[in-house]
Amino acid sequence: MTSATLFGLAGAALVGIGLFGMLVRTDPLLRILCFNLLGGGVFLVFGAVARRGAGAGFGGDPVPQAIILTGLVVAFAATALAVALVLRLASAEDKR
Amino acid sequence: MIADLLLVAAMLIVALASMLARQAFTAVALFIAYGLLLTLAWVRLAAVDVAMTEAAIGAGLSGVLLLGAVRRLATQASPPPEQPPGPAMTLLIALGCAALAAALGAVVLLLPNPAPSLAAPVAANLPATDLGNPVTGVLMSFRALDTLLESAVVLLAVVCVWALTPEGGWGGVPGAAQPVQRDGPLALLARALPPLGIVIAMHILWVGADAPGGKFQAAAILAAMWLLPWMAGLVTPPPIAARWLRWTIAIGPVVFIAIGLAGAVIEGAFLAYPPGWAKPLILIIEFILTASIAVALALLVIGTPDTAQRR
Amino acid sequence: MGMLPMLAVMLPVLAMVAAVPLGARGAERLTLAVLPIGLALSIVIAVIVQLTQAPILYHLGHWAPPLGIAFRADGLSAAMLVTTAIVVAAVAIFARADFGTASGAPERRQAFAFWPLLLALWAAINLLLVANDLFTLYVGLELLTFAAMPLVCLDGSRATLEAALRYLMFALLGSVLYLLGVALIYGAAGTLDIVLLRERVTADPPVILAIAVMTAGLLAKTALLPLHLWLPPAHAGAPAAASAILSALVVKGSFILLLRLWFGVMAAVPLPDAAQILAGLGATAILLGSVAALRETRLKLLVAYSTVAQIGYLFLMFPLLAAVPGVSDIAAKAWTGGVVQAVSHAFAKAAMFLAAGIMAARFGHDRIAELGGAGRAMPVTLLTFALAGLSLMGVPPSGGFAAKWLLLSAAIGAGQWWWALVILGGGLLTGGYVYRVLASGLRSGGAAVPMSTPVTWRRDGMALGLAVISVALGFLPLAAFGLVQVGQLDLAP
Repeated sequence: MTSATLFGLAGAALVGIGLFGMLVRTDPLLRILCFNLLGGGVFLVFGAVARRGAGAGFGGDPVPQAIILTGLVVAFAATALAVALVLRLASAEDKR
Repeated sequence: MIADLLLVAAMLIVALASMLARQAFTAVALFIAYGLLLTLAWVRLAAVDVAMTEAAIGAGLSGVLLLGAVRRLATQASPPPEQPPGPAMTLLIALGCAALAAALGAVVLLLPNPAPSLAAPVAANLPATDLGNPVTGVLMSFRALDTLLESAVVLLAVVCVWALTPEGGWGGVPGAAQPVQRDGPLALLARALPPLGIVIAMHILWVGADAPGGKFQAAAILAAMWLLPWMAGLVTPPPIAARWLRWTIAIGPVVFIAIGLAGAVIEGAFLAYPPGWAKPLILIIEFILTASIAVALALLVIGTPDTAQRR
Repeated sequence: MGMLPMLAVMLPVLAMVAAVPLGARGAERLTLAVLPIGLALSIVIAVIVQLTQAPILYHLGHWAPPLGIAFRADGLSAAMLVTTAIVVAAVAIFARADFGTASGAPERRQAFAFWPLLLALWAAINLLLVANDLFTLYVGLELLTFAAMPLVCLDGSRATLEAALRYLMFALLGSVLYLLGVALIYGAAGTLDIVLLRERVTADPPVILAIAVMTAGLLAKTALLPLHLWLPPAHAGAPAAASAILSALVVKGSFILLLRLWFGVMAAVPLPDAAQILAGLGATAILLGSVAALRETRLKLLVAYSTVAQIGYLFLMFPLLAAVPGVSDIAAKAWTGGVVQAVSHAFAKAAMFLAAGIMAARFGHDRIAELGGAGRAMPVTLLTFALAGLSLMGVPPSGGFAAKWLLLSAAIGAGQWWWALVILGGGLLTGGYVYRVLASGLRSGGAAVPMSTPVTWRRDGMALGLAVISVALGFLPLAAFGLVQVGQLDLAP
């Protein structure tokens, strides 16, 4: 087994872990955290795909690598948005 | 191989522990460790650009964001917990997730061999962009549209975070007030690190054209250099009504789109660069975009304006 | 000419970015200035696609796929681009009363946020309509989610914040599942370009799993039953202008992407059994959603449940298309029927939400039982609701009728008569809940309703205009619907 496959399998397991957490945890903040665990798994699967595509003197296929990079930034923006919403909701509860 | 196995095992254990943690603080601490382990995984997958982004954004900024949220939520009345699924339902969900993970694992093993790849076309066309780093070539030329749209997404996220401002807080200083720490490790870091960090960020930005690095990594480091003194209570963010602040986060995407449209007029295709002009134009975009994204990322971590801080 | 789809996307993106530093008042004026340009662009695109009978292709930065990204505006894109531009324009004019900023007035939070969000939404939908790359489409999905979420909770009340959080969780889960599929498809085929993928994909396990997780993710975003739970509180709690956009357009964005997957990427690999399941969920949504609307006591929730039901119709086209391979009259009918349903529902539902918003604003509540006197005090508003209702029911002549008739005859032609029964039953139930609102509104009495003002006339005009369009679609000659067939990938040789 190559290390690309190994990390791909790890990504698959992380997808399962993150999805379970997102569906089972009830604290919204922990849900967001599990969304990030799940996202890490997805990116790792993509990273395995990139590594398998190594060639032309590159250690990995640069196209999926660039896509992962873009995806990481988008995922962070989504996390920030979700966290801001959770904090806003908590302060709204305070006032009730 | 054994190192990889250990790394994977550690990643899975940390992720599982983070997912199952009872305390939010523990979960976030483990999550940051997870991000650092992922960074190592990216190095092992020969994706150094991704590794740097993961360390700076995936573990760094996300970690700060989540830790800050845990701290703020701890001081507030905990929200009424939603009813968790019952044991039978939990088991069902667990089986479903395990099935998905197993199917995904099987599919990873079944991916075609040799793997289809765009590495060769990237290598063949990279000279046309005068760039040495293939990932930067993809981000700024072959798939520049994604990068452009992403910078718009980051800006939009800031608008969204601001849109959540409670009544009476509009136009004010974003984020919760941070306790002032005159001394202690955070204050020390907040004073000592920024000059060094800014130099490192500039270096990463500059070499990004030819070596691993680039605007996102540089922007994340710059954002951290602003966030450190903010967390130590040493600096106050500008109010969100400040015109210059809004222009700073918007100017990067505006310039990017303007150069793209100029390409449409001159070269006949949106985001096409005239021959010989690719690298200088890309560097101009990257510099301005770095400033915009750095401020936007920091603002995303700082968060929504708080009514309490207006006075 | 090839640049037009690119301009249709970049115009609202640029306006959204520029709107932030301009502030609320500048953003409002910029939006109003950009609307006619965007509308003109989309109409020109539709005319070109219709005249040339070919999709408009455009390579960004001169880089052809698989290395670069292509835009491809086909008949489906063109029809939806025009629909989107008209609905966005009407809603923008409607929304000025709520989110406008008078000269010299201080900037308000809602006003600052609304205009960039509206522009971002428009940009995201246009991007989802013309982008031909699965990852660019992912960025479009996220742009759409980010723009839609704050619209749900623009008024800042606790209930809407909760609805927004629930919506965000569904949407984020949907996006990440979609992205997982993108990774697998790239691993299997080495490209993300839909036209190239049509040639390259086979029914291999990686591709099938990818399509399965992407479909699940997109269903969560489209709110197909049983993943619809987030929709009613989110769409009903938003301000009227936002509700109209969310129900008319946002759920269609992820639906169109689903069509691109099933009948673009997988055009050569039909999945008839899975298509039956999707349509089964759609049929259940039509019946349960309509029954929920029938029993609802609040007007805006009723309209939101009606969206749950009307989304169901969209999924009836899947088995009809999968059942008949290649070029066939039945497949063409099913495709046209589904797209016309998406278009006519967009107009009708936007009109209905705007009308519901006008009523709720004038009455100060939206309890259906207490709408008495609406017929006298606001006949135009009630007429708008009735016209939109007729189109949703599928009463001839209306756009809804054309859509349902095409789906019905495709179902019978394909030998799947059971979907025809669902369409007829859904129409009756729709008639029931529309009638409830009209009957209550036409009753005399009720509390004194404030007099109408020029502002309400303009708002009524926008809502009525949309309702009239949704009906007028039924008067179009059938040949005009040929537009939506142009460039369909499963019809290509």
